[in-house]
Amino acid sequence: MVTIVTKPFGQIEVDERQIIDFPEGIYGFEDIKKFVILDAKEKSPFKWLQAYDEPDLAFVIIRPVDFMMQYELDVMPEDLEDIGAKSPEDVLVFAIVTIPEDPSKMTANLQGPVLINPKARKGKQAISLCDKYTVRHYILEEIKKAQVKG
Amino acid sequence: MLVLARKVNESIMIGDDIEIVIIDIKGDQVKLGIKAPKSVAVHRKEIYDEIQKENIAAMQSKVKPDTLKDITDILQTHKEKNIDNSKK
Repeated sequence: MVTIVTKPFGQIEVDERQIIDFPEGIYGFEDIKKFVILDAKEKSPFKWLQAYDEPDLAFVIIRPVDFMMQYELDVMPEDLEDIGAKSPEDVLVFAIVTIPEDPSKMTANLQGPVLINPKARKGKQAISLCDKYTVRHYILEEIKKAQVKG
Repeated sequence: MLVLARKVNESIMIGDDIEIVIIDIKGDQVKLGIKAPKSVAVHRKEIYDEIQKENIAAMQSKVKPDTLKDITDILQTHKEKNIDNSKK
């Protein structure tokens, strides 16, 4: 176990096997190469993507299917290869969430999905090839749309 | 930066296998054709900039210890409300 300082929970212990390598970092944070995923304290579809050695750097993330049932991952096959995955089934897909002053207006970034291969413990931020996905999807609006459609 | 003047239907090569063709020029807009191996990712520059900007905005989200609980509650309430509405 290693001790790390996190934005949401302060100092905590994590298993080394929880550390995920991001060889290319995340856009805008290219120097940060290691992250850990932290669960919320309570049951929640949201998780934290915490930089391993930058306490203040943590993103809130959510699986796109948790607010958009019909979400389909559409990235270059090379994005999967980069993290040692053979098919989309090998990877976990997350969207980074932006939470404004009014949290009900929170948005998820589907233009730059975060892919994680849990087996290889490697991750990367890919760029969606599908142009219907943008950097700001209002999460509550998307749920509404899905439920209206049925 | 290398600067080259090109006319319509002329092209430039980047390495051996990437060709950029000037398809059309209208006013201040240039239409480009890009021939590249499938493994080369081609995206508009704005996409990178937008993702980068959004990541920074996400990182600056004001989060408190209860934030995840708060947004989880908002999500749950919203889901339940919508299910109720669709039943009516």
